[in-house]
Amino acid sequence: MSQIGVDQWVEQSDERRDRYSGWTAPARRAFDKLPTGWKLVGVLGAAAAFPLLVPQGEIRIGITVLLLAMLALGLNVVVGWAGLLDLGFVAFYGFGAYFYAIVASDQLPAHWPTWVAIPIIVAAAALLGALLSLPSRRLVGDYLAIMTLFFAQIFVELVRNFERLPFVSEDLDLTGGPNGIPGVEAWDLFGFQINSFKRHYYLLLILLVVLIAGLHNLNASRTGRAWRALREDTLAAEHMTTPVNKLKLLAFVVGAAIAGLAGSIFAAVQVGVFPNNFALPFLITIYAAVILGGSGSIAGVVLGAVAIGYIPELLRDPGKAGWLFYIGLAVMLVVTMKRWQPIAAVTIGLVVFGFVVRFVSSAIWDESIMGTANDTFISRFVDGWVLILGEQQDLITNYAFVVAIAGVLSVVVTRGWLRIATLIPTIYLAILVWENKLALQPSITRQLLFGAVLVVMMAIRPQGLLGTRRVEIT
Amino acid sequence: MSAILELSGLSKSFGGLTVIENLDLAVESTQGGQVSDVAIKQGEILSVIGPNGAGKTTLFNLISGIYRPDSGEIRMDGRSIVGRSPEEIANLGIARTFQTLRIFLNMTVKENVMAAAYGNTKTGLWQSIFRTPASRREEREISELAESKLAFFGERLMGYRWDQPAYSLSYANRRRLEIARAMATNPRLLMLDEPAAGMNPAETHEITELIGRLRDEVGYSILVIEHDMHVVEGISDRVIALDHGVKIAEGSFADVATDPQVIEAYLGYGAASKK
Ligand SMILES: Nc1ncnc2c1ncn2[C@@H]1O[C@H](COP(=O)(O)OP(=O)(O)O)[C@@H](O)[C@H]1O
Ligand SMILES: [Mg+2]
Repeated sequence: MSQIGVDQWVEQSDERRDRYSGWTAPARRAFDKLPTGWKLVGVLGAAAAFPLLVPQGEIRIGITVLLLAMLALGLNVVVGWAGLLDLGFVAFYGFGAYFYAIVASDQLPAHWPTWVAIPIIVAAAALLGALLSLPSRRLVGDYLAIMTLFFAQIFVELVRNFERLPFVSEDLDLTGGPNGIPGVEAWDLFGFQINSFKRHYYLLLILLVVLIAGLHNLNASRTGRAWRALREDTLAAEHMTTPVNKLKLLAFVVGAAIAGLAGSIFAAVQVGVFPNNFALPFLITIYAAVILGGSGSIAGVVLGAVAIGYIPELLRDPGKAGWLFYIGLAVMLVVTMKRWQPIAAVTIGLVVFGFVVRFVSSAIWDESIMGTANDTFISRFVDGWVLILGEQQDLITNYAFVVAIAGVLSVVVTRGWLRIATLIPTIYLAILVWENKLALQPSITRQLLFGAVLVVMMAIRPQGLLGTRRVEIT
Repeated sequence: MSAILELSGLSKSFGGLTVIENLDLAVESTQGGQVSDVAIKQGEILSVIGPNGAGKTTLFNLISGIYRPDSGEIRMDGRSIVGRSPEEIANLGIARTFQTLRIFLNMTVKENVMAAAYGNTKTGLWQSIFRTPASRREEREISELAESKLAFFGERLMGYRWDQPAYSLSYANRRRLEIARAMATNPRLLMLDEPAAGMNPAETHEITELIGRLRDEVGYSILVIEHDMHVVEGISDRVIALDHGVKIAEGSFADVATDPQVIEAYLGYGAASKK
């Protein structure tokens, strides 16, 4: 046996620092081994096939997701790479949308040809981005955030009250006020009308692929490095020959241009624009996509956009929402217990617990199993196990909900057998609440479950799905 | 001999507290040899010593452009650099490290060094987006530059380390990385703020040798703040001592170390060295 020398030590460093552990490790390692080209082709093939496989109405969801992905990529440049907390980002999206709506509807006597309008819109959005970058010369962090948030608010107020502005004549109602602009025309690329969901989807997909390629290159270039350097430590970056103000400006410009482009497509997809499309809730949605996916990672923020864009749609359908609920429960269980023995113990315990409760409860009060289960596969499946209440359904589930929340909180502080013992009734109550109440009220459930999904995902991976761990100044 | 950096009558105070007072200083740079084929510019190593709070770091901050002096001049190659931004000063050829370590923690080791090549490269945004042949060539050059700077530190920052995030480095390696990063700006004057702080004796010895090599092999002029008197003795061509922002001694190590004013300023040290 030869001694392990420095070289071998270094060579084996990868094995020592194996990134994956636990029972999912082999699958994740296998995925890592796939050539990047294959993964790309796979993802792209699935994305290209999507409109062909789903009903017409669902292509709309795909469009929402792709638009969100585009916006998340733009925001990622400013926030994820350059580290500038820009809360005005949504205004550039609105600017592009309104600009396109104005020049491609009856707001103006003349309609602009698309190939003229789009470059001008993108350039104008970029210019606006350059303007908004000016305060970032002096302001950083929270101060910049407040300043840019103000800008986003001003934008919405401006389009809402355009005709009431001083210096604007009464009949020049460019933005349509609170009613927005209806009847926006489709993109017309040299005679080819982008006028169906399918065409919009493919237009967006092509633009997104080009955008990702460009951003990927940019990220690996001196500009990308300089952005990250100024995110990490602006003062040090400046001392290492980085023109900080120029790079902040560039980040704002690139982000704004992407948002402006996305906006001009959005206006055409929606065949109209309304002030509320660009209000704060949507800004939060874009941020959620970036943070959930992993700020700084291109693949991450796209995945984040898919999750944020698609999950709420998934939740509209009670059957799919049910699946998501039970899968979510299973994931939570796996994450909290980690090893298979306690997981099995909880599962078996849960099944037994349910039947015992059902037996005892029905013997005491027969109304407790008289309700009718929701008409979905899973609900019918659990019908004979969990209580579906006939009377007093609301009151009892409300109590059960509170107790279930208390159960979740106590799971966090308990260990070992106690944790298993707490988990069983907690999960049981969660299912009871779900089947008796939430599954019947899709609109509330949607919000609640969506929030829960986000919390769970972020708890599992605080750095975002594909983000890399970041450390702060130590 | 010609001065690469000259300070005259430099003063700085923070709200009534005078931190640098009427300081004169010149960092020399000799043109090595009369024969043109040995035209490596050979600098000198000038050490700045002084007790904590003497104003040493503030002196660096004034030179590198973080602060503007209240009065006095800072000249590089005879031209004033007062009022210029840190970026401009770095581009003129003054690079520094920080006492508190300011590396780009969430970038890889190699990227940290590559990032410092920004000022000496010129690929534009569109060239980067389209990865033009010129941009790829320059990117290769940056990569080679970074590797050569990192190679200066032997095996310590080589191989698999290149792709590790900088936060995974040990304290001593972070100090080395910061020096490599400063070197990548292609400076003529290197300012090192306590490069041996937090290092063990072996590492301190190594960094001392390294600083000597930076002068001899690369030809930097070096301004170094150091507390460890063995390091100062080992590397300095010249030493100045600061106390309360005033230069109290200047000369060879032997002269400065035996200067009564310096010993008084240090108190403890004077006693310790005679032990
Ligand atoms: N930005 C600042 N504002 C106020 N006081 C400062 C500032 N920077 C340094 N000082 C003060 O100047 C003095 C010298 O600090 P410094 O130059 O860091 O000393 P050292 O010689 O230990 O490096 C200290 O008293 C410090 O508190
Ligand atoms: Mg200091």
